[in-house]
Amino acid sequence: MQNVLKHLSSKDKRGPWVAFVVLAIVLLALPFFTDALFGRGWVRIVDFALLYIMLALGLNIVVGYAGLLDLGYIAFFAVGAYCYALLGSPQLGLHLSFWIVLPLGALLACIFGVLLGAPTLRLRGDYLAIVTLGFGEIIRIFLNNLNAPINITNGPQGISMIDPIHFGEFSLGSAHELFGLTFPSVHLHYYLFLLFTLLVVFISLRLEDSRIGRAWMAIREDEVAAEAMGINTRNIKLLAFAMGATFGGLAGGLFAGFQGFVSPESFSLTESITVLCMVVLGGMGNINGVLLGGILLVVLPEALRHGSGPAQQLLFGKTLIDPESLRMLLFGLALITVMLWRPAGLWPSNQRRRELVAENDSAHL
Amino acid sequence: MTISTEFDVNLLELSGVAKRFGGLSALSDISLHIRRGEIYGLIGPNGAGKTTLFNILTGLYQADSGRFTFNNTEYSGRCKPHVLAQAGIARTFQNIRLFANMTALENVMVGRHMRTSSGIWGALTRTATARAEEHAIVQHARTLLSYVGIDRPHHTLAKNLSYGEQRRLEIARALATDPKLLALDEPAAGMNATETESLKELLLSIRASGITVLLIEHDVKFILGLCDRVAVLDYGKKIAEDVPEKIRCNPVVITAYLGTESIIPAQAGIQS
Repeated sequence: MQNVLKHLSSKDKRGPWVAFVVLAIVLLALPFFTDALFGRGWVRIVDFALLYIMLALGLNIVVGYAGLLDLGYIAFFAVGAYCYALLGSPQLGLHLSFWIVLPLGALLACIFGVLLGAPTLRLRGDYLAIVTLGFGEIIRIFLNNLNAPINITNGPQGISMIDPIHFGEFSLGSAHELFGLTFPSVHLHYYLFLLFTLLVVFISLRLEDSRIGRAWMAIREDEVAAEAMGINTRNIKLLAFAMGATFGGLAGGLFAGFQGFVSPESFSLTESITVLCMVVLGGMGNINGVLLGGILLVVLPEALRHGSGPAQQLLFGKTLIDPESLRMLLFGLALITVMLWRPAGLWPSNQRRRELVAENDSAHL
Repeated sequence: MTISTEFDVNLLELSGVAKRFGGLSALSDISLHIRRGEIYGLIGPNGAGKTTLFNILTGLYQADSGRFTFNNTEYSGRCKPHVLAQAGIARTFQNIRLFANMTALENVMVGRHMRTSSGIWGALTRTATARAEEHAIVQHARTLLSYVGIDRPHHTLAKNLSYGEQRRLEIARALATDPKLLALDEPAAGMNATETESLKELLLSIRASGITVLLIEHDVKFILGLCDRVAVLDYGKKIAEDVPEKIRCNPVVITAYLGTESIIPAQAGIQS
């Protein structure tokens, strides 16, 4: 896995093509392997992992690059999800095309990002964290209560029967026969999410190594010095919020289409914290780290859920503690251990590849 | 740029600038002007208000009153640091403020930010224009790094550079913004004699390239040997402004620095 991820970061075009081909085959075959080895439920978990990775990469722009601690990031996910849900379900009787709804959700989230960013620009560190936390809660509470006097969001019951993701007649909601293979719905979603995740990874990589990316990192490192170097910190920070929120909105739309149901309870503070954990645990500001963090934080709790029962049977001959309660305990322990063992994250960013690249190769042409 | 023809034109003019922090008057009624192409020194005992004045010039603080004109434009109102940087005032900091976890090269590249323009779209598509601009940024940054004399690999993290190199890197970063006025806050602090000497040469070469230099320094010997004119601050007031030779024997200045008496040995110590 390490080699595979490492390759994602490799920008050397003459690099090992073999690794690239292997990676491509593994990624393409993953849902079938998972299905065969662990069952269909795990393909669904992999799909969710991809959604979370998109979220984590979005948050990584805000927290990892620009150094702005955002505890209400899930709000943008909610905006994207509800936008999709409202425009593609019987709730308002609208059934717009996927290609309209998804970009609209991302755009709306982007606008919300700017709305959140604008009043909070003067705040730093802890203060910003508190305000963004409040923002996240406001969005959730709004969604929870916008069922009266006019019913828009259907309140705590949420919106159900959301249209599956569809391209014209081709709906991802049901299985399809392609190239002589049967692709169940979860597999199709996997490929779509993979495509979007790769897009988000690509955008993140490009941004990281650009004038804008450097300005974000300069603000993270020392805002006063960045401003003294002529960086308009207000605009650049707003840009970070907007970009991060766009990715959140994108993931939100995909989530709504995949799940077929959204309710305010999917967008609680815990979710914001989970995404933040992925970024911090993996390694802030490092795309590889964030990918790793995203995968671990989705897969680990599930593995503990399915694994801790049989493990207890094996060790003690009976189930002493309910696996459902045990898994979060073990998960918390794992987090603490990792943070003690590697405070900068599993894959920290300051050993960046650029330092390892020979001087001549780093000329950007 | 030919310096001689413009030497009599003022680049920066302050008149009646004052700054208070609560009950403390950090600066009162400061008036001075800096001519194009000169090296202008600002000295004074600790707490005299030198850095406060610097922060006003670079927009970190707002003056309570007074006029502040730079390059024929008035900046007396509320002015953001990046606006003043855009106008051509670049600075370094007394307690080095580099982007510690970025490489030396990236630090200087950040300095090119406001003189370049590619945005999100350019970053994503990497059009020919964006690539050419990025290439120009890298080249410019490399040139500046070797100009200030950092011969380590350019991808060394800023925090891993030696103290003297960090000071030089700050200068390179400031130069990357194409400044008209380079304001240095104690650039020689903590340097040994050799480093100070090469810093002096660097500053002379910067001036020769047409950039006006404003210098805060504690090292009186350093500043008197380098500057064209020197202003002395004490308790937030300008007590003298003159060529170094006159400052050296100005009794008010000597009193401010050393208290009264013992004038002769002090003079001997100051000689460069």
